[in-house]
Amino acid sequence: MDTLLDTTDWLDIGALDAVPRQGARTVVTGSGTIAVFRSLDDAVFALDDRCPHKGGPLSQGIVHGHSVTCPLHNWIIDLDTGAAAEPDEGCVRRIPVRVEAGRILLAVEIRS
Amino acid sequence: MNMYAAPRRRLVVIGNGMAGMRTVEELLKRAPERYDITVFGAEPQVNYDRILLSSVLAGEKQLDQITINPREWYDANGITLQAGDAVVSIDRQAQTVTSASGLVVGYDRLLLATGSRPIVPPIPGLNLAGVCAFRDIADVETMIAASARYRRAIVIGGGLLGLEAANGLLKRGMSVAVIHLMDRLMERQLDHEAARLLQTALDERGLNFFTHAETEEIYGEGRVEGVRLADGRDVPGDLVVMAIGIRPNIDLARAAGLDLNRGIAVGDDLRTSDPAIFAVGECVEHRGKTYGLVAPLWEMAKICADHLAGDESTVSDYQGTVLATRLKVTGIDVFSAGEFLADETTDEIVFRDPARNVYKRLVLRDERLVGAVLYGDARDGGWYFQLLREGKPLGELRDLVIFGQGFAGLAAGKPVDPAAAVAALPLAAEICGCNGVCKGKILDTIAAKGLTTLEGVRSHTKASASCGSCTPQVEALLALALGATYAQAAGEKPMCKCTTLGHDQVRREIVEQGLKNIPAVMAGLGWSRPDGCHSCRPALNFYLLIAWPGEYVDDSQSRFVNERMHANIQKDGTYSVIPRMWGGQTSAKELRALADVVEKFNIPSVKVTGGQRIDLLGVTGEQLPAVWRDLNAAGMVSGHAYGKALRTVKTCVGSEWCRFGTQDSTAMGVALERMSWGSWHPHKVKLAVSGCPRNCAEATIKDFGVIAVESGWELSVGGNGGIKVRATDFLAKVETEAEVLEYCGAFLQLYREQARYLERTAPWLERVGIDWVKERVVEDAEGRRALHDRFLYAQRFAQDDPWAERTDETAVPAAFRPLATVG
Repeated sequence: MDTLLDTTDWLDIGALDAVPRQGARTVVTGSGTIAVFRSLDDAVFALDDRCPHKGGPLSQGIVHGHSVTCPLHNWIIDLDTGAAAEPDEGCVRRIPVRVEAGRILLAVEIRS
Repeated sequence: MNMYAAPRRRLVVIGNGMAGMRTVEELLKRAPERYDITVFGAEPQVNYDRILLSSVLAGEKQLDQITINPREWYDANGITLQAGDAVVSIDRQAQTVTSASGLVVGYDRLLLATGSRPIVPPIPGLNLAGVCAFRDIADVETMIAASARYRRAIVIGGGLLGLEAANGLLKRGMSVAVIHLMDRLMERQLDHEAARLLQTALDERGLNFFTHAETEEIYGEGRVEGVRLADGRDVPGDLVVMAIGIRPNIDLARAAGLDLNRGIAVGDDLRTSDPAIFAVGECVEHRGKTYGLVAPLWEMAKICADHLAGDESTVSDYQGTVLATRLKVTGIDVFSAGEFLADETTDEIVFRDPARNVYKRLVLRDERLVGAVLYGDARDGGWYFQLLREGKPLGELRDLVIFGQGFAGLAAGKPVDPAAAVAALPLAAEICGCNGVCKGKILDTIAAKGLTTLEGVRSHTKASASCGSCTPQVEALLALALGATYAQAAGEKPMCKCTTLGHDQVRREIVEQGLKNIPAVMAGLGWSRPDGCHSCRPALNFYLLIAWPGEYVDDSQSRFVNERMHANIQKDGTYSVIPRMWGGQTSAKELRALADVVEKFNIPSVKVTGGQRIDLLGVTGEQLPAVWRDLNAAGMVSGHAYGKALRTVKTCVGSEWCRFGTQDSTAMGVALERMSWGSWHPHKVKLAVSGCPRNCAEATIKDFGVIAVESGWELSVGGNGGIKVRATDFLAKVETEAEVLEYCGAFLQLYREQARYLERTAPWLERVGIDWVKERVVEDAEGRRALHDRFLYAQRFAQDDPWAERTDETAVPAAFRPLATVG
């Protein structure tokens, strides 16, 4: 039954400490891989693990400030907005994420 | 055409120092034909920059680099120089001077620029060998010679001069004690708190301080052996430097009967009590003040030149100089200006950031800035000095002034940008305090002379040519005037947008300031972004790794993915795996292990590389640890084919099989690879060894190439294939395998220590020149061994197989597997 998503749920995907500062881990989903980033100031971001340029794995890039640099061709993606830094153009889908009591909660779509 | 030139007058200058010669320079600008000039100097040299003696002592400059005016300058301007011949008397009636050698020269105008002498207290032991002042080249030579033979130095005096002497001797490897009469260092420039911070910082560098300490006696048999203090303490030492202070040198003026106080009394026109005699510099007393810094000298020089030039319509009067001081000790930022001690008529604004060791105190009177002491961050010194000299009420600026020009500008809606700060200064703002050069003068000269380099500005305006502390502002002005073209002209561009510093400068500061991790570098060098960017972080990680082997802990989050994953990322996000094959040799066991791995993990592609190894392509990140585990089990280790690291050592079969081979090139290659594998470099490094000049291993397009000949090995460096093919430059010919290893290790270490991150050996070599490399690797045997030793030392910490480290665990390490799988 390929149907509409009907609800959003917060899914506990792991401990904050499991993601290195200035680094990322991945979450494999049925519809592609999500990169979960942790910046130096402990902010957490979740974006599709695909650079809008050539599909490079953003999770493997260098995290600096609230940005990540794609390891393939050095596109810089703003983790807050998902947008590529100028002069490059493109945007990465962001997935709502939050941290509660040291656990990372990801908003995943629960299909009916 | 006027056939008659006015008869020239005679100007005699006593003193070939900075004040006298600057006055002559200024005079030549105004009236080049007016005088026949004779200069007497007591020292045998031409005119040099006394301020830079501390840089010479610290080993940062050579003596020949501090000459201001070479002998040709005297000749070109028709100046008669009597160097090494001091004037011994002045006859004011006859208007003549007489020198030590008996020379008598008449004058119409006489300029006294006799400078100052070190203050020497009346204590026993001053005549012992190993006791000197810190005043001239001879003193510095004494100190440098002592540092080569002796270990312990004592500096008497904890003021500006004493601390610069102490720092220089420390840098020359001596242990240094500083004896200071007062309770705090630099008491004429610093308040208690800044002095305490300074003492702590210098203490950590290894200086030993004795404050409240009165020197009673210098003792020793023939040569100094130590200093006894009035409280009975004993400080042993093999060299004693007297740096208590200076007093005007007025002996000649006194003998000539001129009016004197502490110095030679001069009026606002810098004339002495004899209208034919002028005086400038440290020997004068003006309105009751004497000066020991350079900025007032330059002001006096200009005004004195006005009067000597005789154009009464343009002359100005000397009003005295407000002083600003910077300590020239690398890595310690201290600035002081004006009234730095508060009293009941003043207010203070104080800023403390103990964690960063920053302290600022501004002293205000009637809402005007009258003094400033900065410690730890003196970037705004020039701006404060400008405010101080303008003497205007601060108004709204008062609330923000302590945070510096950048922040004050930010609050006013302007960006924080050091270039913007300089751009915002008025044209009359003084940029170079040493030489009294204002912003307008620098910009005008850049435009008029078409200058594009810092050196150009230095030679045309003298801005930043003395102590150099205004160099960033001068560079900002160049950037302002020239835009983007300046960065290219300057040679060394900033590392990235996070800093204004170039690679070389950052490396120097890492070592000199003892910065041992990335956050310390970024904080210490004022990075504009808290954790940098993808460009500077890998570079800093490398620089720290090279600067502090065995001590620095590699920051994997600052590594490019390939070096973090120890595999080469491909365009589809999979990785390639290349095990090391020593000198290009393999075996049935290794080939079997490779075949098994390919089948077991369904690896889609297998390729022989250009570096005589085998590449497994299309391995997923998650598979990497398991692939490595199987290869490790067969005795194979990472080939570092993914890194800015030692890659392959390509060889031919050599004399073991080849009928042309002259030496065992394969064994040589294996030995080189065993020595150098695992080493990190600014960029990839490839080696090759060919067994004869037919050069089948293509050694002449490698970073370090070895070609065997009948009588030994020919070494050449700096080649690469790639986009721009470059053949190697010949380095040396050696006889033994041990020499090949030593030269190779030394060359690689020199490259690691000197090249900029991501600079291959070829462009590096073109930048520094093969001769420079030869001087260090070939001609200097001791230096070569030291480089080789440093390479081997660092290798003790580098030769761990990254695969083995990551395959010990039974589970797949976290970095290689997903955090979670959902849906």
